[in-house]
Parts: sequence; C-alpha cells; structure tokens
Amino acid sequence: MSMVDMPLLVAEGLTKYYGARPGCLEVDLEVHPGEVLAIVGESGSGKSTLLSLLATELAPTSGRVRYRMGDNALRDLATLTEAERRLLLRTQWGFVRQNAEQGLRMAVSAGGNVGERLMAVGWRNYGDIREEATGWLSRVEIASDRIDDDPRAFSGGMRQRLQIARNLVTRPRLVFMDEPTGGLDVSVQARLLDLIRSLVADLGVAVIIVTHDLAVARLLSHRIMVMRRGRVIETGLTDQVLDDPREPYTQLLVASVLAA
Amino acid sequence: MSAMPAITYNFAYLDEQTKRMIRRAILKAIAIPGYQVPFASREMPMPYGWGTGGVQVTAAILGADDVLKVIDQGSDDTTNAVAIRGFFQATAGVATTTRTEDATVIQTRHRIPEAKLSAHQVLVYQVPIPEPLRFLEPRETETRKLHALADYGLMHVKLYEDISRHGHIATTYAYPVSVAGRYVMDPSPIPKFDNPKMDDSPALQLFGAGREQRIYAIPPYTKVVSLDFEDHPFRVQSFDKPCALCGAENVYLDEVILDDKGGRMFVCSDTDFCDSRRADGHQGEMGTAGTGTTPGKAKS
Amino acid sequence: MTDLAFSHAAPPRPLNGHVMLRASGLAKTFTLHLRDGVRLPVVDGASFEVAKGECVALGGPSGAGKSSILKMVFGNYRVDSGSILIADGHETVDVARAAPRRILKLRRERICYVSQFLRVIPRVSTLDIVTEPLRLDGVPAEEAARKARDLLARLNLPERLWALPPATFSGGEQQRVNVARGFIARRDLLLLDEPTASLDAQNSAAVVSLISEKKAEGTALLGIFHDAQVREAVADRIVDVTRFGAST
Repeated sequence: MSMVDMPLLVAEGLTKYYGARPGCLEVDLEVHPGEVLAIVGESGSGKSTLLSLLATELAPTSGRVRYRMGDNALRDLATLTEAERRLLLRTQWGFVRQNAEQGLRMAVSAGGNVGERLMAVGWRNYGDIREEATGWLSRVEIASDRIDDDPRAFSGGMRQRLQIARNLVTRPRLVFMDEPTGGLDVSVQARLLDLIRSLVADLGVAVIIVTHDLAVARLLSHRIMVMRRGRVIETGLTDQVLDDPREPYTQLLVASVLAA
Repeated sequence: MSAMPAITYNFAYLDEQTKRMIRRAILKAIAIPGYQVPFASREMPMPYGWGTGGVQVTAAILGADDVLKVIDQGSDDTTNAVAIRGFFQATAGVATTTRTEDATVIQTRHRIPEAKLSAHQVLVYQVPIPEPLRFLEPRETETRKLHALADYGLMHVKLYEDISRHGHIATTYAYPVSVAGRYVMDPSPIPKFDNPKMDDSPALQLFGAGREQRIYAIPPYTKVVSLDFEDHPFRVQSFDKPCALCGAENVYLDEVILDDKGGRMFVCSDTDFCDSRRADGHQGEMGTAGTGTTPGKAKS
Repeated sequence: MTDLAFSHAAPPRPLNGHVMLRASGLAKTFTLHLRDGVRLPVVDGASFEVAKGECVALGGPSGAGKSSILKMVFGNYRVDSGSILIADGHETVDVARAAPRRILKLRRERICYVSQFLRVIPRVSTLDIVTEPLRLDGVPAEEAARKARDLLARLNLPERLWALPPATFSGGEQQRVNVARGFIARRDLLLLDEPTASLDAQNSAAVVSLISEKKAEGTALLGIFHDAQVREAVADRIVDVTRFGAST
C-alpha cells in the first residue's frame, strides 16, 4: 500500500464520560493523508469532545487514538511522552480554534505569531523567519505591512486567517479545526472557506473539522460524520450523506438549513 | 543574663533549621545549573523588593570569617546596600568591605562587579522575577512544563518582537541566557553588558527571589550563553566615552546630571572599581587623580 | 429482504473488456422520516450496461427515477440493493459497496458528472472551475487554461465572463460552464443530467458535437436528454427506466 492508502489517524472505541454524563461514545474513525473529514452535529452532540480527544487535549475514558509517526508506524497517542506530544503538536499537527484569542498570542505581532512554530523547531535566523512569515501572511491575504501589528488590531476574519498561517507554517500533516468560521459575517466566512479549501488542497494536509454548519462541511470536506448524543449516527461521503440522508436526525438537520 | 542585650539574634538572623533548608535548595540549584528551585522563603525584617531573596541566600552561606560586600546598581553606598550591609553587621558581626577583591561574599542588585571575580568568591544576586518565560506565558504550570521539556521557542519570540519593533534586540537588562546548554535563565535585572561575565566565571553565582520563593545557581566555570539570532547576534552596550572620573573604557557607565542646563557626565557604575583606578593614578577628563573619593562614597 | 435480494449479494460477474459500467438489480427507496416515515420507491431491479465509446440514454417520464439512477452511479445516492460495477483500469469497483475514499478516487480519475445545476464556490473564477479537473490530472496551468478557453469559446460563453465567478450568471451560462468543466478532461465515464436543458439550439448543437467527440475517444456516456432531437443525435441506445419502476 502506498502512503496515501494508509490511515494517518485511527480512533477506536473512543469514549469520554464527564462523571456519569457521556460526552462521546464508542467512536471509530480513520483519516487518511490529504483527507478532509467533517464532524457535524448540534451543540452538545459531542463533536467538540471528540475533537479534543483526537487532538490529545482530553484523555478518553476508554478507547484509543493512534497516529502514524515519522517512522511510518502507528503509535498509540496515550503512550507518547509529553515531549513527544508537544513536538507532534508544533510540527505535524495544527489546531485552528473558533476563538482566535485561544489560538493566537494576542500580545505578539502577526509575524511573531507565524514565526513562533518556526522558532520552536529551531529556526534562529531572524531574516529567514521574517521572510517565511511574510510569505505566509500573503498566502492568507494579510497585507505584508501588517506584519508588525498585533492581532488585537485585526478583524475577526483576519484573526482566523492569521491562525491558519500560524498553523500551516510548519507544513503539518493534520490540522484540527473547531468551527473556524463561527461568529463571522457571511461574506467573511465565504472568503475564509475558500482560502481554507485551496490551502488544504495545495498542501495536501488532512483536516478534521468540527462544524454545525452543513454548508461548511459540504464545501470543505470529503467525508462527514453526523453526531448525536455522543454517538456517530451516520457517516459517509459528504455529498451522499447530505443529498441522501438516511437517519431521521440527519434528515432533520439537512431539512433545517437552506440549500446546504 | 542581665548583661544580655534586650534582643539577640541567631547568627545572620535566620534560625539554623531555615538556613539548612535554604542550603539544601542552594545545593540542588548548583547541581542543576539554571533550574529554579522552590524554597520556603521566610518573612524578613524588610519589605519584598529590598532583596529578601538575596539576603536569605547570603544568611544561609555566611560564615563568621567571611568578608561581605553589598552593592546596589554597582554602588556600595546606596540606601539598599547600606541597609543590608548594616543588617549583617548587626546580626552576624561579619567584616564588611567595599573592595571587590577583598570580599568573599558579594550580594548584588542589578550589577556584576567590573573586576574579575575569583574562585574563593560567591556572588549573590537579588532577583525580583525569576521566570524568564513570564513575559509571554503567565501560567506557572505551563512555564514549568516548558522548562522541563526545554521548549524554549517562546524565548526567541520575545527577541523576535524586539527586533521587529526596534530593528535590533532592545532588551538591555534581564537578558535571557542558556545555562550549561540546558535551562534558560533570567539573570536578574543586570545590564546585558554584564552577561558575558557570567560565562565561565570562577566564582559561584547564586540567585535568590524572596517573594517568588525561588533559588537558582550558576556553578563555577559554567557555560552561559546569551540567546540571539544568527543575523542579530548578542552584543553588549558600548559607550562613546571613557569614564569621566577614572578614564576606564569598556566598563558600564552611569549618566550623572550635573546641572539644569543639560550638563552631564558618564562615570563608572561600579564605584569601587572607579575608586581603585583613581587610587592607582588613572584620571578621566573631569576627575582628579589619587584622591580615591567619589562624591558620597560610603565609609565602611 | 426477499431471496431475490440475497442473490444480488452474490459476487457480480466481472466486467469484460469493452463494458465500462454494469448496473445489476438496482433498488432504491427513500424513507422520509420527517413525514411519518413515508416510503418513496424509486427503482427496483434496474439493470443495464454501458460500453466504452457508447452513449446510453435513460428514458422515461419525469419521476421515473432517471436522475436517481445517475446519482447512484456517481455514488451520490445510496443503493439499497444491487451492484454498480465500474471499470477502473484493471480493477472493477462496485460503487454500491465501495468505501467513500474509493469512490472519491473513481471520481477524480474515471467518472465525471455533469449536473443540471452548477454548484458555485464563492470567489472561484469560471476559468478556475473549468480547469480544475485538468489541474487534478497534473496538466500544466497554461495548457489547462488554453483548453478551457477553447471549450468556452466553442460553447459561446462571452469572454468577458471567463474571469468572473459564475454566481451571477444566467442558467444557460452556468450550464455551459458546467459542461465545459465536465468535458475538459479525459474521463472513462461521463454522466450527463440534461446537459442541454437551458441551452438554445446553437449551443445544444455544440454540446452534441462534444458528446460525439467523446464517444469517438472511447468514453462511455450515460445521460438523460429530454430534448428528443439531442437524444436522437447522441444516443446509441435508450434504456427505458419505467420498466424498473418500483411498485408503490
């Protein structure tokens, strides 16, 4: 099998209880290199819990997540040392958050935000870091003369684009996105979605995106998982699930939006 | 008993148990160069910010035959230096000096003496904020993890921000260093001019932060490297002129305002160094040779 | 399930050299859970083949399930039972059972679906939409753009529109963008859902000649053509969908 045929991330029986309350129940999934997987559902459906479990921000009550490391072997992420986990997070993974204040250093300039991951992996030439940051800002359509402004001076859409640049600068293999377009104006959303779509395709990065917006899922994802009450109730090709939903709940979701 | 003074202190004020606890922290700090060791900082008869951390370290290492020097911003005669020197004279009865070469223990705030230290000396720094990563990461739990994992990219983000704002690394004091190739350390608010003096120093260097309850150390002859970028290498401040009093070059100078018409001069920040040079006959453009007196110099 | 349904689950016959697509015993029923679970049967037991270089038209009145069959072949609709075998080089893929990733690969390399309506992506220009299949094939951007301009010119789409996103185009203009995108790259199987529905005679004729060229190249085509003239002109055979009609 070629690299593309082997899954990058594999979750099995992933379960999380908050006390007696289930957050996420018995979820299995695979993500392959370059594949975009959307996890959809209403608030409280467990999709954000699932994303946190996959990104090792939460420890599962049971089940496991494995990731294909540089040596091509699948490693159980629970067995990584903290140092290995952090290295993974800042080199091979990215995380774009709905709230930019959680995903950016708000008191650090745009250039510093983009450059941080480079410096963390050992870049020590200011000119090189600056040049790489400038290039990435232009890729996310932020004017290069804003490089020394800090994100507090940026609009919501710009902050999200800066988050994307900050995450993609080390060419990760897998990026988690938690409602990246949430809270933005519709026109700003469209621009951001288009940008994410083309960057993801250009870089061949795998994405796991959590959204409640079926239009976002349709535009960005290859496959979709519908969650309800902590469980995955339907999964498949994105257009298949949205155009021919099988489960009553999925039909309700699809029927509830205009032209998803 | 009636001959006893109204109040008696244990030697160097702290009780022996406390000193032992602090010594254990110091030993651990020496064993792990640059690592911040927590210790149970005691209430001292002076406010935080007046050197309570340095005073506790000094108290823990002081012996009856030690000779103590205390400097503040390079000077032996400022209020802080005089008060601490007086404190140990009263509580330990040790000899004190202003001469760097005569001292066995030197407690300092914000400077390293110009004269090269030797192996029989211990330099004790007063530290306000021991955590070099605090600027960008307010959570103590997170900074501890970053140290544990030697995850120091953040430190360079700070330097990057400096260059992007000012065109050069504008951090001039408390300039972060890497100690023995492992821990990144805040050298306390000494001017970066003094950073190279920490490297490979024959003297033991101890750092005490009273309010933050941390002790850390640089053992003698330890590699200390100031962080920088390849294309923006670390550089110390340079001064256009020599000291106006003693003519010394390549030393750290303080600006002294002479009048309200813009008159000013630059003189050695290290008063003992300046005095010694003038006693040896060196003379700057505004100094008089051989008097050995700096205005307001403390008499010990 | 009936015994007959089980027989569909037996391994289907592999495709021989010239067959591109073989549907066997296709059945599909929509269950509308939001309307008290009412069941809408679409087809039951649809079976047909499309050979390489052949254009097969799905015939029958509207509502007979023609579009649904096309969508099942593309993997857009699920299949309740039956198989849809598609030749993928030396392999054969059953779209009714294939994993999503396998279907996506098939869509990238083998099948193109020209729907009636263009799904517009915000901010993406007409030229970029049309050239995308070629760029996925690794064709250099300039060559892809040249081919796209040729096609758009043949379809009489005004040149001033080429650099614009088609969101504001008329139905006929959008359809021609869609046709250009569908025909630009070499694909083994083309699925056409009324490709001339909003086109005038001149543009319909352009589409007819494009279809003929594809047939000559060996492409298999399966389509729905309401316009009898167009159907006459392009279809080698007509598969009447009404005979697969599901009993209500």
